[in-house]
Amino acid sequence: MAEKDKYLIFLGCLIPYRVAAYEISTRRILQKLDVELVEMPEFNCCGLPMDPVDHKMMLIMAARNLAVAEQQCSDILTLCSGCSGTLRKVNKAVKENKKLWRSINTNLNKAGLKVEGSIEVKHLVQVLIEDLGLERIKDSIVNPLTTLKVAEHSGCHILRPKESAGFDDPEDPKMLKSLIEITGAKCLDYMNESECCGAPSSGINDKIALQLTKDKLNHIKSVGAQALITICPFCHMMYDTNQGRIEKMFRENYGIPILHYPQLLGLAMGFSPVDLAFGDLRVDASNIYACTSELR
Amino acid sequence: MITVETYQTHVETSGIDKRFKYEISRFPGGEKLLDCFQCGTCTSDCPIARFSDTYRPRQIIRMAQLGLRERVLSSETIWLCASCFTCSDHCPRGVEVADVMRVLRNLTTQQGHIPRIFRELGSSILESGYAYRIPKRRIDRREALGLPLLPKCNPESLAKSLRNVRFRQFLSEKGR
Repeated sequence: MAEKDKYLIFLGCLIPYRVAAYEISTRRILQKLDVELVEMPEFNCCGLPMDPVDHKMMLIMAARNLAVAEQQCSDILTLCSGCSGTLRKVNKAVKENKKLWRSINTNLNKAGLKVEGSIEVKHLVQVLIEDLGLERIKDSIVNPLTTLKVAEHSGCHILRPKESAGFDDPEDPKMLKSLIEITGAKCLDYMNESECCGAPSSGINDKIALQLTKDKLNHIKSVGAQALITICPFCHMMYDTNQGRIEKMFRENYGIPILHYPQLLGLAMGFSPVDLAFGDLRVDASNIYACTSELR
Repeated sequence: MITVETYQTHVETSGIDKRFKYEISRFPGGEKLLDCFQCGTCTSDCPIARFSDTYRPRQIIRMAQLGLRERVLSSETIWLCASCFTCSDHCPRGVEVADVMRVLRNLTTQQGHIPRIFRELGSSILESGYAYRIPKRRIDRREALGLPLLPKCNPESLAKSLRNVRFRQFLSEKGR
C-alpha cells in the first residue's frame, strides 16, 4: 500500500528537545539517498514513558500515531529505539490480537480515530538495510573511512523483546555493524555489547543508571575504539551528554566521541562536519573528522 | 547495604493475599507468572541487579507468587527495572519478567504511589503531546536551521481518547 522510499518521519520527544544533530544528519543522508520524508500531520509521544504507570495509556497513545499514519497511507520511519520498539509492538498487536484491536479502537473512536494495522513501522537502520539495501548506500560513498576503528551500541528496544523487535540477533547484533562497515570503518566487538545503556533508570536512580553507562564505556575503551556509534537519542544522551558527569563521578577519563550513525555515514558521503551538526556533540569529535579529511 | 525490606526473615500469614498471583496473571504480560521455577536466570543476567543492592527480579517474582501483595507493591525496587527485556528473552519458562514488573508498577500506580518523574512526563504529555516541554529557543533554532516545523499535537483529541485511562484521571485530579 505505502509508496516506496517515502516515509512519515517520527521524531519522538527527546530529539526535538535536545538531540537535533541526529535529526539533522538523518535528513542529510536520506536526501542524498533519494528518500522522501514527510512530517507527521499530528503527533503525540509514542507512549513508552507512560507504560510503567499505565499500560493502557501507552497502547492508546501509540495507536493514535499509527492511526494518523494510516490516514496518510504511509509507513513510519523512527529514529529512537524506544519509539521504534513501542510503535512496532503495538502495531503487531493491532494486526494479530483482535480483542486488543477492538478495545483500542473503542478508545480511539472517542476522538474520531481508527486503527486498522495497514502500515509498517521501521527504524532508520531497517529502512537503510531492508528497503534501500547496502549496495545502494555503498554507491553513495565517496570518502571511505578506512582509518577509523569504532564500536556500536544498538540499544535495547530495537533488539528486545526478540519476539516483537525481531529483526536482529539480540545476543549478537549485526545490522548496525554492517552499516558501519559499509562506510569503510572497522567495527570492533566488545564485552556486553548488547547490554543496556542505563537510560530508562535515570530519573529513578541516577547513580545506578550512570554505573551501567560507565561499565559499557570501560569495555568500549578497553578494545581501543576511537568512537561509539549509536542509533537512539536516549543511548546517545547517556554516553555523550553524561560522559563528563560520569568521568567526574567515578574519577575516570574516557574522551570517547559518540556519533549518531547518520553522522558517520554522512562523513563517508562527503558531507562536512558542519552539515552533520558535529558541533552539537558534547564530547569533542574533531579527531574523527580530522582523520577523515586527510583522505580527501 | 542490606535492607530489611528484601531480607525480612518471617512472613505474617495474615499478610498473604492468595489471589494476588491470579490478579497479576490477568494482565497482559503477567500470564506466565505461575510458570517461574526460580532458576534465577533473570537476576543473574540483569544489568541493574549487578549494580543495585536490592533489585532482584527472581525474588520479586517469588514474593508475587506467594501473595505478598503489600510488600511487593510498596517496594521501591520494582521501579529500578530498566525494561531492557534481557530477563524476558532469557527466561527458560517464558515468563515475561520485565512485563511482570510493569504490571506491578501499574498496580502500585492505581494505589496512588507514583514516582515524581512520571507525573512530570504525564502532565507534559497531556498539555503538549510531548514528554518534555520543548523550550522556545529549540523551536527558534529549528527555524534558523531550516528544519520543518515540529508536528503539532491536538491535546483535546488526545484527552478524548484517554477518557477511560486511570492515570490520566489521576493526573487531572491530583497530579497538578
